[in-house]
Amino acid sequence: MSILLDSTTRVIVQGITGREGSFHTEQMQSLGTRVVGGTSPGKGGTTQLGVPVFNTVADAVEATGANASGIFVPAPFAADAIMEAAAAGIKLIVCITEGIPIQDMIRVKDFLRGYPEARLVGANCPGLITPGQAKIGIIPQRITRPGAVGMVSRSGTLTYEVGSALSAAGMGQSTIVGIGGDPVLGMTFSDVVQLFEKDRATTHLVLIGEIGGSDEERAAELLGRGTRLKAVAFISGRTAPEGKRMGHAGAIISGNRGTAKSKEEAFRQAGVAIAETTDDIVGLLQ
Amino acid sequence: MKLLEYQAKEILASLGIPIPPGMVARNAAEAAAAFSKLGPVAVKAQVPVGGRGKAGGIKLAKTADEARSAAAQIIGMDIKGFKVPLVYCESALDIEREIYLGFTVDRDARANILMLSAKGGMDIEQVADETPDAIARLYPNPWRGPLDFELTQLAFDAGLGELARPLTALVKKLYRAIPDYDALTAEINPLVVARNGDVIAGDAKLEVDDNAAWRHKDLEQRYGSVLEGDPYEVEAKKRGLTYVSLDGDVGIIGNGAGLCMSTLDLVQRAGGGAANFCDIGGGAKAEVVENALAVILMNPKVKGVLINVFGGITRGDEVAKGIVTARDNLKMKLPLVVRMSGTREEEGREILRQNGIEPGASAWEAAKKIVKLTRAGVPTPAAARPDLPGERGGEA
Repeated sequence: MSILLDSTTRVIVQGITGREGSFHTEQMQSLGTRVVGGTSPGKGGTTQLGVPVFNTVADAVEATGANASGIFVPAPFAADAIMEAAAAGIKLIVCITEGIPIQDMIRVKDFLRGYPEARLVGANCPGLITPGQAKIGIIPQRITRPGAVGMVSRSGTLTYEVGSALSAAGMGQSTIVGIGGDPVLGMTFSDVVQLFEKDRATTHLVLIGEIGGSDEERAAELLGRGTRLKAVAFISGRTAPEGKRMGHAGAIISGNRGTAKSKEEAFRQAGVAIAETTDDIVGLLQ
Repeated sequence: MKLLEYQAKEILASLGIPIPPGMVARNAAEAAAAFSKLGPVAVKAQVPVGGRGKAGGIKLAKTADEARSAAAQIIGMDIKGFKVPLVYCESALDIEREIYLGFTVDRDARANILMLSAKGGMDIEQVADETPDAIARLYPNPWRGPLDFELTQLAFDAGLGELARPLTALVKKLYRAIPDYDALTAEINPLVVARNGDVIAGDAKLEVDDNAAWRHKDLEQRYGSVLEGDPYEVEAKKRGLTYVSLDGDVGIIGNGAGLCMSTLDLVQRAGGGAANFCDIGGGAKAEVVENALAVILMNPKVKGVLINVFGGITRGDEVAKGIVTARDNLKMKLPLVVRMSGTREEEGREILRQNGIEPGASAWEAAKKIVKLTRAGVPTPAAARPDLPGERGGEA
């Protein structure tokens, strides 16, 4: 079992004809992901990597029954691409694109309230992978193997680092979800942890957080209320200097939350082990 | 991009918000000239960081000579790492009361939050801490912005009901900074109610989203070059890099903010100190790697460089080619440790090996190695090239 994504998920790629879109579609296909089509306005009717290309997501959904989408379009068009996917009925939207303006994402988040069944992963994320079954995004298959560890991470590259250490130690993963590093994003740590909690195939949990925001603290609270998962958390940015602050607005709303210390303390209080370095994660999970 | 006070005020004025008369001065003579036009002024250091008043960056001038000497003292001063490039000379206000008004992105709520308080001024963070209810808050709909009745409620919630009408109009103008300029934070503290009843922006802070720079090219052109910050950060920005200068001597290049931050953590854990944070992001091209390395090598404190690239969307072969070309083009002589893995990693490692750079094993091993090499002190030409002492070939 897994969360969010498996071998039956019908995936389209928005921006399939672009350089990154086509490169990663091929990678997704080689793992066995059921890629049923792609979109690229103006190139509808053509074929790319053996699958049909459509002008719009609505056309693609109608023709293929797609229920998930990976977005690889450039930042100026990405917010619209997310909303297009939701409006077309896509249930799992994974936006890889980085550099989307924050105000665009705030409007997207508001728009998505009208589509409660649509889940957004990202943006600015590596996507997700259910090892041995399917992936949407850019997580390299070779760092993964099927198993029982659920992973959720705000960082792309650190996810690969930890995934590859787990796999080398024989600890496979149920699903790895890269939720992304942007200030305003889709699914949170808590959203993903709740799904892992319900997934019987997942017995262990790795959370990779970083400084800023308080999503990690919230996930810690959730885990502190009781979990069947054996959990380990790692927070990057302990030595990062504080940003040079200009106004007071940020401090007024966030107080002391958001530091590596506050996050680690929250996890400790919840009974979640804290890894000092990513190399320690495997040992703590065993 | 964090704008300076005078830049933020120009933008507020363009949105229709009243600001006091003021003039920019780049030297003492210009400050004296400003005095002759404006009369008594506050001479204010222009830096994108708070706390300038306490740092001696604001002086009152009642004569032309005072304006001249205040400007001479303040320009060039260092305030929290920023060299003051110029001062803003502004007419003093006849203050009746001070209000706090601001908005920012509440990342937990994934929304903009508007805040208004009758207790404006320097102690607003203390107010937030001790009497949070004294700050009225509103999450405006991001598609249509705040409506009049919502802002009326906000004003009454803040205990400023008698000013509801002018405040509603003013907050709507301030909110335009979001759709018009992609502002992430805007703050008017204090928002001054003058004795004649006028409501005027006493100070202004404005940060706009760098991700949206493509929508606001004019802003960068008008304001982007004024600030003389850290020279490496300025150069990095010119080259389009995400770079922050730090105090140590190990240059760091990583892809992805999380990996980069954890690399800094590892270098410190290994007993060293990072000279910088430099995230080359996904899809790192040869040119980007060379730019990053070039900026890092400008810093004479740097004794060695650690490159940590774990690729997903980043292709190992391209990164490796970039590293080799950059090292050769820059005639780099300092120790270089490269830790690389991910998409097309074997091709990448092979390119490194063929060019005499042994790839490091894990990030932790690589961090220990670069700290050891830089602590050893003497960067010999040999260390820059093929056989880094103790470097292991291949994968761990």
